[in-house]
Amino acid sequence: MSGSVLFDAPGPHARRRMRWLNAVAAVVVAGIGAAVLVRLGTKGQLESRLWTPFLTGDAWTNFLLPGLRYTLRAAGISIVTAGIFGIVFGLGRLSASRAVRTVSGAVVEFFRAVPVLLMMIFFYLGLGHLHVVDPTDLPLVAVVLGLTLYNGAVFAELVRSGVHGLPRGQREAALAVGLRRSQSLRIVEVPQALIAMLPALASQLVVILKDTALGYIITYPDLLDAARRLGSANGNIMQALLVAAGIFIVINYALTRFAGLLAGRVGRRTAGRARAEAPTLVVATRDS
Amino acid sequence: MDDGFVSQYLSLFDQFDVAAAFWVNIQLTFFAGILALVGGTILAVMRISPVPSLRWAGSTYVTLLRNTPLTIIIVFCVLGLWGQLGVTLSTNFQTNFFRLAVVGLAAYHAAFVCEALRSGVNTVPVGQAEAARAIGLGFWPAARLVIFPQAFRGSIAPLGNVLIALTKNSTVAAAGSVAEASGLMRTMIEFRPDVSLAIFLTFAAGFTVIVVPIGLATTALSRRLAVAR
Repeated sequence: MSGSVLFDAPGPHARRRMRWLNAVAAVVVAGIGAAVLVRLGTKGQLESRLWTPFLTGDAWTNFLLPGLRYTLRAAGISIVTAGIFGIVFGLGRLSASRAVRTVSGAVVEFFRAVPVLLMMIFFYLGLGHLHVVDPTDLPLVAVVLGLTLYNGAVFAELVRSGVHGLPRGQREAALAVGLRRSQSLRIVEVPQALIAMLPALASQLVVILKDTALGYIITYPDLLDAARRLGSANGNIMQALLVAAGIFIVINYALTRFAGLLAGRVGRRTAGRARAEAPTLVVATRDS
Repeated sequence: MDDGFVSQYLSLFDQFDVAAAFWVNIQLTFFAGILALVGGTILAVMRISPVPSLRWAGSTYVTLLRNTPLTIIIVFCVLGLWGQLGVTLSTNFQTNFFRLAVVGLAAYHAAFVCEALRSGVNTVPVGQAEAARAIGLGFWPAARLVIFPQAFRGSIAPLGNVLIALTKNSTVAAAGSVAEASGLMRTMIEFRPDVSLAIFLTFAAGFTVIVVPIGLATTALSRRLAVAR
């Protein structure tokens, strides 16, 4: 129980009081829910004609599934490219050369501080102006670039904090058996850091998937856009958005559970400590 | 960069009010931040309370909102709440969109504020509560004198991160027809595509200037107030 710090094990008296409170709170919560439903009902938002379109195959095959496919495509490509970016700049931040460290640090901190939407709009308009990308691919490229730079910077930070979280003995042992510092990083430290960071990486996938919806603003035909088009065709945008949100929630909830599961499992395979959260934005970094 | 480029770039600032656009983002962040702090505190109290139905309601809200893209929430506020249900928060068109965006941002970030506060409570070792009980403190004295002060200190850093995320996410209000920095950047680049990189870097620098001090301040504060254990 999450409140175990705060509360003693309840006695018979407290248990009775808690049962009462629980019943009262349940009634209040259910009451709020019912009030919302009644309000929606009086506005005619619960009518079956607004909801049944989502039970037909057409809504799914023509709108929601293609939209979901676009969303997953952008997320999938971004995960791979952000992973590469993260490893490169994560290693850069751990490099023995001060210049490489400083440059990598500046790049990582910059892309973590700039809103993803700003990057997407910039690439969408900037690349469009330069005519280097096929106009039909432009929204996808802009979405992927924005997600790659931001999440790659987060991944780089994960790699770095993962290596820093390893016990000192790992590197000392690697150096003692005659490996160079770069070999120690590559063969001993980074693999363990990555395993320790797997849960946090998995939680970051949720962030990537959610942020693909920003592509809606730069005309990427993702799930949100599909839901909006489907909704405006039937006059039920609100219901369509709720269905789209539901799809996101189901996928993201599964990913979060998966991350939690990983955190419980990988602990044995690394000397580092497995955590399920991305490291916080460190502004004043003390480079080692 | 010749002289012409610089003067051309500077002339953009006469045509577009960049500071005003950033001011909208700061206002969005401020109002949504206060609402999210209030909502998140209520949610956190619900989630650490011993009442199962409140815990369930709190964690359901957090699970649902945390896993929904913010863009959907903002679009929902405008097209769903306003467009379809007719919820109006102001008679002024612009103010209405602004307030709807604030509601959407606050509803989303309240879930993260709740988690930040809860993680603060989780930094307090069980021994602290046991010791408080052992010297005879009841629930409220123990919570007020021993646990909450430590929990608050532990949650400064995560709260700072939520504030940073909120500042950056205030750009998503563009999906809700609010005229703010990202929308202005879009207009400016469309108007002057030849200096698009300079425009982007200007806006990126603007956000860095807002975000970095928040990060520095909360990091310094949480270090200074850190409980030595």
